[in-house]
Amino acid sequence: MTGMILKRLLGALPNIVGVVIVTFILTRALPGDPAAYFAGPAATTEAIEQVRASLGLDKTMAHQFVLYLKDLARGNLGNSLTTGQPVVTEIRQRLPASLELTLCGLLIAVVVAVPLGVLAATRPGTWVDHLCRLLATAGVSLPTFFTGLLLAYVFYFLLGLAPSPLGRIDVSFSPPPAVTGLYLVDSLLARDLESFWASAKQLVLPALTMGLFVMAPLMRMTRASMLGVLSSEFIRTARASGLPRSQVLYAYAFRNALLPVVTTLGMVFSFLLGSNVLVEKVFAWPGIGSYVIEALVSSDYAPVQGFVLTMALLYVALNLAIDVLYVLIDPRVGIEG
Amino acid sequence: MSAATLKHIRYVATENPVTLVAFLLFSGFVLLALFGPWIAPYDPLASDSGAALKAPSAAHWFGTDSLGRDILSRIIVAARLDFGIAVSAVAASFVIGAALGSLAGFYGGWADRIIGRIADTIMAFPLFVLAMGIVAALGNTVANIVIATAIINLPFYIRVARAEVNVRRAAGYVEAARLAGNTDLRVLAMHVFPNILPPIMVQISLNMGWAILNAAGLSFIGLGVRPPQAEWGIMVAEGATYIISGEWWVALFPGAVLMLAVFTFNLLGDGLRDIMDPRMRT
Amino acid sequence: MSSEAAGPSPLLEVMDLSLEFRTRSGTVHALQGVNLAVQKGETVGIVGESGSGKSVLSFAILRILDAAARVTSGAIEFAGMDMLAASERSLEEVRGREISMIFQNPRTALNPIRRIGRQIEDVLSMHSSTLRADMKAKAIEALARVRIPDPERRYAAYPFELSGGQCQRVMIALALACNPQLLIADEPTTGLDVTTQAAILSLISELAAERKMATILITHDLALASEYCDRIVVMHAGHVVELAPTSQLFSRPRHPYTARLIASTPGPAQGIATLASIPGNLPDLRRADLPNCRFHARCERAQDACTALALPNIPVDAQSGVRCVNPL
Repeated sequence: MTGMILKRLLGALPNIVGVVIVTFILTRALPGDPAAYFAGPAATTEAIEQVRASLGLDKTMAHQFVLYLKDLARGNLGNSLTTGQPVVTEIRQRLPASLELTLCGLLIAVVVAVPLGVLAATRPGTWVDHLCRLLATAGVSLPTFFTGLLLAYVFYFLLGLAPSPLGRIDVSFSPPPAVTGLYLVDSLLARDLESFWASAKQLVLPALTMGLFVMAPLMRMTRASMLGVLSSEFIRTARASGLPRSQVLYAYAFRNALLPVVTTLGMVFSFLLGSNVLVEKVFAWPGIGSYVIEALVSSDYAPVQGFVLTMALLYVALNLAIDVLYVLIDPRVGIEG
Repeated sequence: MSAATLKHIRYVATENPVTLVAFLLFSGFVLLALFGPWIAPYDPLASDSGAALKAPSAAHWFGTDSLGRDILSRIIVAARLDFGIAVSAVAASFVIGAALGSLAGFYGGWADRIIGRIADTIMAFPLFVLAMGIVAALGNTVANIVIATAIINLPFYIRVARAEVNVRRAAGYVEAARLAGNTDLRVLAMHVFPNILPPIMVQISLNMGWAILNAAGLSFIGLGVRPPQAEWGIMVAEGATYIISGEWWVALFPGAVLMLAVFTFNLLGDGLRDIMDPRMRT
Repeated sequence: MSSEAAGPSPLLEVMDLSLEFRTRSGTVHALQGVNLAVQKGETVGIVGESGSGKSVLSFAILRILDAAARVTSGAIEFAGMDMLAASERSLEEVRGREISMIFQNPRTALNPIRRIGRQIEDVLSMHSSTLRADMKAKAIEALARVRIPDPERRYAAYPFELSGGQCQRVMIALALACNPQLLIADEPTTGLDVTTQAAILSLISELAAERKMATILITHDLALASEYCDRIVVMHAGHVVELAPTSQLFSRPRHPYTARLIASTPGPAQGIATLASIPGNLPDLRRADLPNCRFHARCERAQDACTALALPNIPVDAQSGVRCVNPL
């Protein structure tokens, strides 16, 4: 078992190497003079030369790569032009907001999509099935940013049900004492139910927007997997043994059907981490998505590269976690390779 | 196309009227993309501050934006840009990806490992994030959106091509062609490539929808297309600030058309899949 | 055994059962006018080619057919219970407890990600009043009864860790855990090597004899059926064409199909070259105009009378009979 997990860990290494190399290439691929970009649009020639020297841009590519690796090892991602702060500090401050949003989005997607997928599979060919498939196709067609705007328009402007889309918690509250940085968790830890509800209310629309896009692949995969499992031979044996329908459905069919769904989570996370940026812009969510958008507007490149690297490494870590989860829940792994 | 294929297509079209609708919509969009500038009622770039933020009316069916430009005209013209981006990106991705994948599947060994590494490295990034990084690094132009979108779609085509080539290599008629004296390149081009096209067609259609979403998303956050160009994503961004205060038409119409375009491609992809092989339906 | 004797009432009676499947390409008339009776404690073999309807019949008895299946006429009675009219709840109580079934491909017929001990316990907890504390012991006992070596360790095994023969033993353990009155074995040894086949079938025979359990053995292998069954039912294209006690079937087959089956079964004295094959294929059961006798097209004794007259019926409780207008 640990051998399997170790193998997965080692398998993630080439991906990390690839990510680091690609992000390096991206930092040096700027058209024109990289030093000018990092020094900013208002820099003088002297300032540019200073930046060039301090960033080591006058050295060979190979040397620069080594310096880059050294910086990464020390957690140095450069400084933001606009705020003057180290990028890594700002990312660390803003990451929990994005994580909370992403995780809630995933939760909503799973809670809706998986039961729907099971439902559609147990009633194939009926209107429920067709409706689910239509929703799935529609779901992947919705541009995330547009859905967010629509939801904000309908629920905030028209219906007045949702709070104003301006941040993580209503202005009249102060955020709970930071333990994890996730407001929901922190407010529960501090036993502050009012803060909990205040943050939850702000989370609903953005998390729903995030979740909507990934509901489709999750539902499709659950349905397909469930259909496949329900027609397999061991289900017939279970029925022939007189096991009650509910047990057959859940303990036998569903558990087996979940396995391919777990592997779909990798793709789901790719979408989620990507659409993070879009949702944060629509709802003015103070996470790393809006951080990078502000940086883009002011041609501030260090944060952009820090963002890409962070998201990529996060994604590698998440994929690794999914792989390990799969090893834990499928006893056949390792036999079939 | 044989009579049997035509009959099958007719069967699928009647079985699934939605596919027919998708084909019609697709044709509609293609017409818009081709003839847009001549169909648009107003000049998409002509601003008229006196007529700013007017709700939909007889004069302006979709209303006007903050600079008084007619939204309908801008949406029509944007079709050409968005479709152009999607088609170029997917075409580039397909050609390069299929070529790389075929080589990897055909020769195996080092070629397979290196190409596989490239694909894996691209897939190690959340794809939209990588696109952002590429456009931010290369510069804020439409051409770079195409390049970025092409790069992030490469792995799909590499994988499909490689898998199909592997299957056919094992099937033996590649060996037969080789033994008959064809050079490797010839075998690839004449025997292998035409046979991997059908499954890839489904991918292409689905990818087109995704490429449009990607381009619109990038424009939404300010990468790629710049004002005053008309593009669906950037129009939604421009309308975002007004939707909260009630001027819904500025963002809604471009967004709805964007959604319809992507939906069309997705339905088309599903329909193609049904035509090719109903067993692949999910 | 004498024929047409009014013995004790049979455990299972299938009366004039007709069944069809609605599919995209048409309605498949899978079974027609099937009569079958199984007495307590006897072993009946159902023999026929693939597509003859043997498995469909067994699934129909347990009512575990697909949703596309429809019984168009007939009745199935098990120990006095009307199986076709029974509710799903009452059927769940009968399955696994009064009637059990084992399938071919034992590896895929077991839940691949659930330990075999748990799978046996699932059946036990559904059908018996075993206390939770005793479950594990009973499961291990069940494994020991089917002669699985080292049952305490095997209790925690997954199906992929066992051989095909061991998986089949596990299935038998599952099936027999609650002492059913009838065991249906659907091609239980297809895909197993010859020695394992013999071991499995003699295990089933022994356990059946011990518990006075009736067995239906479904197989395409006539030789196998002849060794283990008291009576054999021959099926062709959804019809029962002949049934008889085993020795009588072999010494005096009455249906042309039975005779050809016997002739094409390899025995120790025959070489492959002398094997006779049966010409033609099964008729397409989707045809709306199926003839009365579905063997007609392949039969060398076919006469005009075969298409004109209806086939004679075999009474349900008969010990032997043949459905042929022109029997041997």
